[in-house]
Amino acid sequence: MFEYFNIVLLESYKILFLLVPVLVSVAMIVWLDRRIWAFVQKRRGPNVVGPFGLFQSLADALKYIFKEIIIPASSNKIIFILAPIVTMTLALIAWAVIPFSETHVLANINVGILYLFAVSSLGVYGIIMGGWASNSKYPFLGAIRSAAQMVSYEVSIGIIIINVLLCVGSLNLNDIVLAQKKIWFIIPLFPMFVIFFISALAETNRPPFDLPEAEAELVSGYQTEYSGMMYAMFWLGEYANILLMCAMGSILFLGGWLPPVEIFPFNLIPGALWLIFKILLLFILFALVKAIVPRYRYDQLMKLGWKIFLPFSLIWVVITASYLFYFNLLPTI
Amino acid sequence: MLAHAIFFYTFSFIAIISAIMLTVSKNTVHSVFFLILDFISISCLFIMIGAEFLGMMMLIVYVGAVAVLFLFVVMMLNVTQQENQWFISTKSSTHLPVGLLISLVVFFELIVVIGGWKFKPDLVTTMSLSINQNTTNTHSLGNVIYTDYIHIFQLSGMILLVAMIGAIVLTFRQRPGVKRQSYFKQISREKSEGVKLVDVESNKGVNLDD
Repeated sequence: MFEYFNIVLLESYKILFLLVPVLVSVAMIVWLDRRIWAFVQKRRGPNVVGPFGLFQSLADALKYIFKEIIIPASSNKIIFILAPIVTMTLALIAWAVIPFSETHVLANINVGILYLFAVSSLGVYGIIMGGWASNSKYPFLGAIRSAAQMVSYEVSIGIIIINVLLCVGSLNLNDIVLAQKKIWFIIPLFPMFVIFFISALAETNRPPFDLPEAEAELVSGYQTEYSGMMYAMFWLGEYANILLMCAMGSILFLGGWLPPVEIFPFNLIPGALWLIFKILLLFILFALVKAIVPRYRYDQLMKLGWKIFLPFSLIWVVITASYLFYFNLLPTI
Repeated sequence: MLAHAIFFYTFSFIAIISAIMLTVSKNTVHSVFFLILDFISISCLFIMIGAEFLGMMMLIVYVGAVAVLFLFVVMMLNVTQQENQWFISTKSSTHLPVGLLISLVVFFELIVVIGGWKFKPDLVTTMSLSINQNTTNTHSLGNVIYTDYIHIFQLSGMILLVAMIGAIVLTFRQRPGVKRQSYFKQISREKSEGVKLVDVESNKGVNLDD
């Protein structure tokens, strides 16, 4: 009995050590996002609270905590409350399998990439539940839009993952990183990286694909009826999902915790820092796209997903497989 | 072993309760949510017996895609508040005999499966394939599906493709008078063809179409 207690304690300690940095970095990332957005538009952005406005997110969070939570009278109360909890939980549990170095990973499971994919595809439920339970027109329309959008772009992300897996021969995330020791997959699979990046934008409902919460048409989409801490949880979950997608992109294509070249000064920096650096790089790209690209129309979005990305990534699977087969490069078990 | 038992009973309890709630809940959307809960707990059970690939596939395919479409349809058809009155209504229902028949068949199938496993222990051993314990179950599944059963596998894929095309053909209808956007047409417009000078006769007007 005592051993179980010890194991549980150790694991909880590890989980705490992972979750607290993730939550703090989510807060920092919100600030970074707003700052980059402002710099592109020649504004200042949040710069008042703390040095360079660094504590802006903390102040916002504090404000949300002390605000009243309003639950609409005709809403489905249980599901209405459950929706932000689901979003937040799903955004955080996926971090369990992200490898920060060869040994620093909470759960080094055999099907790591499938787990990541599954959790990111479950993310749609928070949005659908929130939109439906609000019992109001705009949230419902936003939720329906987002369901269709996320399901469509998941398909192309799945096929891109197949491309990478063909080169690796394992579903373990550490194996995927180690397979990139010679060359990062961004170089041979560059078109797939571009499609992954755009699909990740659509999957996390970021601009230019933020149609589920298009202000001009739908007030603010599925989160219209939410207030206070519940709204903040949606918001945190969204940004945690964005960070997760960046982590997924850097593990699949940018070599995860590997340094760019295995020579002296780069060797000294620990793997976790390299991963964080790559995640930040991808996130800055995410933020820049938000600032410079206008929003897509809904039919254009669907056309892009089903008629361009899906066929292209399928053809690329055939090309990758044929290349690996012809040059006898297929990975062995 | 204790922790294993605790997790097993937790997940199976959730699975059974949500399966019951799925059939008895009056709100259709609630039913779909219970279905999702059922899928998730079943996939947890899959992972617990070591079939991690099947468990994850269950999550991705059933929870991530199929149940989303269920929810989509149920929400769009606006059957949310439809009460199932089969058991309460006084007049004889036509659903009940069919439902009873199907559940009887399923019940006998379960008895055959469990009985065979319980009373003839060598049934399991003859069925089970020799699995290499050193490889992960993703590899062993792939080794079986893409070698011994490749034709059946491809055939099932073809059936799914035909079903998909059939569904598209059934729901596809050509609507006249819809103006479609063509990117190539838009980009390849030149000044010479974009502007047209027309002499308008009085009292006639012009007819402009694409």
